[in-house]
Amino acid sequence: MKYQTQKVAYAYFLAAMGLFGIQVLGGLLLGWIYVSPNTLSEVLPFNIVRMIHTNALIVWLLLGFFGAAYYLVPEESEREIFSVKLAYIQLAILVVGTLGAVGSYLVGVHGGREFLEQPLWVKFGILVAAVIFLVNVSLTFLAGRKTAITNILMMGLWLLCLLWVFAFINPDNLSLDKMYWWMVVHLWVEATWELVMAAILGFLMLKLTGVDREVIEKWLYVIVATALFSGILGTGHHFYWIGTPGYWQWIGSIFSTFEVVPFFAMMSFAFVMVWKGRKNHPNKAALLWSLGSSTVAFFGAGVWGFLHTLHGVNFYTHGTQITAAHGHLAFYGAYVALNLAMFSYAMPLLRNRAPYNQVLNMASFWLMTGGMAFMTFTLTFAGTIQTHMQRIVGDYYMDVQDQLGLFYLMRFGSGVAVVLGALLFIYSMLVVRREVVKPGPVIKDAAVPGE
Amino acid sequence: MSELLTKSRARNVFYGGSIFFVVVFVALTAQSHRHIVDKATAGMPLTEEVRLGKHVWERHSCINCHTLHGEGAYFAPEVGNVMTRWGAQDDPELAYEILDGWMKAQPSGIEGRRQMPHFEITEEEMRALAEFLRWADQTDTQNWPPNDAG
Repeated sequence: MKYQTQKVAYAYFLAAMGLFGIQVLGGLLLGWIYVSPNTLSEVLPFNIVRMIHTNALIVWLLLGFFGAAYYLVPEESEREIFSVKLAYIQLAILVVGTLGAVGSYLVGVHGGREFLEQPLWVKFGILVAAVIFLVNVSLTFLAGRKTAITNILMMGLWLLCLLWVFAFINPDNLSLDKMYWWMVVHLWVEATWELVMAAILGFLMLKLTGVDREVIEKWLYVIVATALFSGILGTGHHFYWIGTPGYWQWIGSIFSTFEVVPFFAMMSFAFVMVWKGRKNHPNKAALLWSLGSSTVAFFGAGVWGFLHTLHGVNFYTHGTQITAAHGHLAFYGAYVALNLAMFSYAMPLLRNRAPYNQVLNMASFWLMTGGMAFMTFTLTFAGTIQTHMQRIVGDYYMDVQDQLGLFYLMRFGSGVAVVLGALLFIYSMLVVRREVVKPGPVIKDAAVPGE
Repeated sequence: MSELLTKSRARNVFYGGSIFFVVVFVALTAQSHRHIVDKATAGMPLTEEVRLGKHVWERHSCINCHTLHGEGAYFAPEVGNVMTRWGAQDDPELAYEILDGWMKAQPSGIEGRRQMPHFEITEEEMRALAEFLRWADQTDTQNWPPNDAG
């Protein structure tokens, strides 16, 4: 940690990990309700738990992004953050807003647009926090050195904050409502968040591999160009069946097919940089999460996204468990794992100590990744059967669901693995202890071959 | 490739290309907006009752169990075509009666079956919700879903 004010990131990461815990526990409860539907059905119905599950996810990912920005912008801009006080005020607003939203969901006060259910005062709070953040980070950025990493990060963060305006636009016409809703939902996760992801991944590669900045930055511009060229018109894959014109079927199919490209490029980028890099960085856990994130993002967002994106396929799979399978692996790979990579890298530096507990951290990676992969497979099988029975044969929804119990049981098991992994990760971050496995000696010349 | 594609060229392609795609997207969105209002949802007037129904739908967060035009939570049946499934799409009174009867019977309490919560909804709101679902059902969704099962 070169700049004192980077310390702000620590508070953001702690809050993010707290919400991460709430999110996965909510997910586990949802998985259990699928297995045993009468659980808490009167006091805490499925829809309430799901709002907590999805909202906690989105907020903690954003907190992670904000924290990452507060960590890396000073280092890239070579100066302290404009105002530490503003950064803490922003965090306080977001935490109070989130807890307020969860509280009001529990007493049944909420909106009804998926993921945007926050009460209006919370939405305004998020807007205020976003403005504070943009001012704070932009002033730091403008006063200092500008790099491709911060250029791309700033562009991503500015656009994602501006798109939040669509959270306030709710037309009475349902089809218009849906169309503008996607301006937040799709243009966040399949456009602007990808810019943030690429910038953070670029920063991590710069630090962990020691590859020349010039090489990394050129890669980054190519990656984000493919992300926006495909992702903007790729919004069309949500405009197939909501009342929008038929031409979206072709635009959406073609451009969203290309949405695989930036994820493939990010995966290739990460592996090539590690291959080219000569640095033997001690934080192996951060490296594993970085490589893991780009790889799982490629499969979750890229491959599983393509699986059902062509309109001829999507006509049958739309709104089945196939969508749930894709959503889980994509979010986990692209954004959860990337945030955990950043936490793994930055937390030891923020706490001014060596990266302890790396073996536990890496074990948590395999537990969570294995769990998410298994969950994705079970939901994909469930979705395939559902698609056939419901969409081809025409059996009724509940009759079909009754046939899928085994898959939901297995999904619950994989959810247990994910929760254990998440708790293990948080433990390895926060509780300082000895390394459980003694590391081998450092070899000066990394080119020396092993036995 | 490294001589041809310098960092500044890559950056310029990124900025220029992104602006191009944003412009195309905005134009298509504007056209889609008109298409939705003039054609896709024009089969039934967007009355005050339909508006109220949408608010009822939102206030109870129905989307976090059900899907509507395929979007939502996948935990409960699709409702974008529920009025067709019930054979009530062309009969407002029947639509209200079936919906009212169904929702008043919830939660079923049957062991091992997914439970729909009980909602406190007035008659006016229930009629509005039925109208909203009929309004959603008449939308031209490019013939989605493939069949009445939703």
